[in-house]
Amino acid sequence: MSTAVAAEFDPTGPLVASGNLRRRRAVNRFAEAIATGAALLAVAVLAIMVGAVAVRGAAALNLDFLTHAPRVPGEVGGGIAPAIVGTAIIVGVATLVAMPLGVLVALYLTEFAPPRVAGPIRLTLDLLNGLPSIVIGLFVFGLLVSGRHQSGFAGAVCLAIIMVPLIARSSQEMLLLVPRPMRDAADALGVRRWRTVLTVVLPAAAGGIVTGTVLAIARAAGETAPLIFTTSIFADKTSFDVFGTALPNIPTEIYTLSQQDDPTGITKAWGAALVLVVFILLTNIAARALLARSQRRLTQ
Amino acid sequence: MSDRIGDRLLRAVCLAASLLVAIVLVEIAVQLLTGALPAIRRFGPGFVTGTHWRPNFDTFGAATLLFGTLVSSVMALALATPIGISIGLYLSLLAPRSVRDVVGPLVEMLAAIPSVIVGLWGILVLAPIVQGHIEPVLHGALGFLPVFGSPQTTGSSIFTAGLVLTIMVVPIIASVSRDIFMTVPRDVQDAAAALGATRWETVRGVVLPSTASGIVATSVLALGRALGEAIAVTQVIGAGNAIHGSLFATGDTLASRIANQFPGVTTELHKASLFYLALILLVIGLVTNLLAQQIVKRFAQNRSFAV
Amino acid sequence: MTELAGAQAPSALPPPPRMRIVADGAPATRAAGRDGAAAQADREIVFDLRDVTVRYGAKPAIAHITLPIQRNVVTAIIGPSGCGKSTFLRCLNRMNDSIPGFSISGQVLYHGHDLYAAGVDRVEVRRRIGMVFQKPNPFAKSIYDNVAWAARNLGLKEALDDRVERALRGAALWDEVKDRLKASALGLSGGQQQRLCIARAIAIEPDALLLDEPASALDPIATAAIEELMHTLKRRYTIVIVTHNMQQAARVADRTAFFSLDPTSAEPVGALVEYDDTQTIFTNPADSRTRDYVSGRFG
Repeated sequence: MSTAVAAEFDPTGPLVASGNLRRRRAVNRFAEAIATGAALLAVAVLAIMVGAVAVRGAAALNLDFLTHAPRVPGEVGGGIAPAIVGTAIIVGVATLVAMPLGVLVALYLTEFAPPRVAGPIRLTLDLLNGLPSIVIGLFVFGLLVSGRHQSGFAGAVCLAIIMVPLIARSSQEMLLLVPRPMRDAADALGVRRWRTVLTVVLPAAAGGIVTGTVLAIARAAGETAPLIFTTSIFADKTSFDVFGTALPNIPTEIYTLSQQDDPTGITKAWGAALVLVVFILLTNIAARALLARSQRRLTQ
Repeated sequence: MSDRIGDRLLRAVCLAASLLVAIVLVEIAVQLLTGALPAIRRFGPGFVTGTHWRPNFDTFGAATLLFGTLVSSVMALALATPIGISIGLYLSLLAPRSVRDVVGPLVEMLAAIPSVIVGLWGILVLAPIVQGHIEPVLHGALGFLPVFGSPQTTGSSIFTAGLVLTIMVVPIIASVSRDIFMTVPRDVQDAAAALGATRWETVRGVVLPSTASGIVATSVLALGRALGEAIAVTQVIGAGNAIHGSLFATGDTLASRIANQFPGVTTELHKASLFYLALILLVIGLVTNLLAQQIVKRFAQNRSFAV
Repeated sequence: MTELAGAQAPSALPPPPRMRIVADGAPATRAAGRDGAAAQADREIVFDLRDVTVRYGAKPAIAHITLPIQRNVVTAIIGPSGCGKSTFLRCLNRMNDSIPGFSISGQVLYHGHDLYAAGVDRVEVRRRIGMVFQKPNPFAKSIYDNVAWAARNLGLKEALDDRVERALRGAALWDEVKDRLKASALGLSGGQQQRLCIARAIAIEPDALLLDEPASALDPIATAAIEELMHTLKRRYTIVIVTHNMQQAARVADRTAFFSLDPTSAEPVGALVEYDDTQTIFTNPADSRTRDYVSGRFG
């Protein structure tokens, strides 16, 4: 028995730090301070960035800005209405393509795929998810633009490629949450697989699938690199010709304006950035709240 | 029976969708290869070591871009990993529930900000601050190290690009590491606490060792994100064309060079060289993604880390 | 085991009172009759709980517990599931603190100091009062590192090898692992892992040892090994053991406290029914509920 240790440490003494505990407590406090500081730093950076966008963008924001087309560069006034419409169209088309595809892939993975096949498909989705978006832009450029012309549709295809893995993953998670008893009940009633899937499983997971899609939209709406290659050269007026011409859009608008030295252009860039940030943050918040609710409903 | 046809039809449609996804991935590689072919034929693998990029002279080499990509990404990772892990620890083990439910989503919001806006803020807000305050201070204090050379005039530099990348990558590391830390079983943490260990000692002795592989995989994934970032980087990196020793010099990365020069591309060889850069970027992106997955698989955790 | 002394204890201190909850809820004591093992009459009180009530949020878990625990004896806490035995145990080293909504009233005195006073250092408390949990929870480290970890934290780095060996011997595990100290602790069997957890706890030589159903996840042979340990460990440590196995209490404990759900309260709340020498609890309990429980009529 080590009497040396027992002597250092009197169990009947007051319950305050003994031995080296005071130093260890200081180290602990330091570590906690760093962790807290890091979190505060992140929140501060977010506040500074969003704050800058809000303050500088507000200067540009007025009804005109949102509803009118731009004037000649250098002229004060005008707005980003064409870009707003164009982004809506491009993202809309992308969603029309990506959502069914993503849900179908998720269905295949959860309902039909044998394990040997499911693995590679999941791997493919993960790889696509991790690809730099500029690579996707170059791909669609080679596929649809090269030799022809830019188009809003080409931009939509880029965004769809980005959205499919996201929608597939979140749909998968929602489909897996649909309780087994629900499917078993349908099976026991002798209902065919396809009916069960379409009339029982999908509706149950629908809420979550939709919100997962909304999150993917929020992500795609901010993508710039792929659009540079596919829909960045356009006339600054509102157009609905998705297949025929490049459509104006907010991300490339911001990018182009940011490269120029024109102060009025810079202000417009901040204004457009504000519109984009507000849209993305609101969509994110709403979608996450709804997603949590759908998950809770399915797991109760 | 029509019902059986229904089953087969649904299965076939779902299978077709999955195959389409796989085909797209393969097609991407094919397209890039095809686009880069002229440059591959002209320069071969030596492209990777060529240090000159002169469109007017039909000379292209990726070395300066690989250098810029490497330096900016490594710098971002060196900064973002400790910060991200600290935030992850804070959110999972330190923060009271009410704080965690606010700060957690805020950190995730940081990841949601589009890169073009981060870049815009980078040029107009961050770069002047870096150029006016941060770089001179670092140069003054540590200028004997060639890494901290004299600041440029505009604040566009590899250093600024590294900072921008750090901001974009920290939320990924923070969120995923927070999720990982929350999977450490309560009972081992209780055991450590019952042995009279401080919270930091529990983190250092129990939490971090048992999650080490997951954290590494997260960093690799974050690295992949940083390597591929084009827009925010190209807005703040200054499109430099040489390899400098100083972080404060201008530079360029694979992705940002493509974003910068493609819209104004001149010759066919120029275009093919940019495709060649994209091909290299594709390979790097796939390798880091696979590496991250291997790390995860090897240490038997079942999560998909692609964010 | 305890001896029933026929004579009155010769020392000046009064013998430990027998406690009993009477129908109106007030604890009653009875003058020591046949009770009072002389050897225990003047034992120092290590844990002195006075009217302790624990709540999680608004719900009380245990109420009005008054219970002195003596030095260098094994005190067993028995009772049916859900009557707050683990909650009680975790009060003694402040491991309940991390449970949300936890609040405690009354006093928990440890060597006369209130464990829950302001300014008490929780980490220090746990250094002095060790705990072994129901399910073995070794760290994912080597056997040696498991035992040495806390000692290293405390700065007890000299003669670490000796300390580890002593701890493993004290937990009756040394012979089985001495040739593979660097092997992972996760490769040990359940019984060995639990003994490793005991070794880990005694490696830093605490003052008291709390065991929360330490053998409930183990097979009979491993259980017997753990029970054997209690007899040797109590020479050095004050031991409080929670067990749902009455026979185990009868085998290892000197004093036994019987907890049950208090019938006088509206919601189920754990209360101390009877506390006495083990032999008395099992052969001649004062309270009918104790008698019912130990004779197997319920719980």
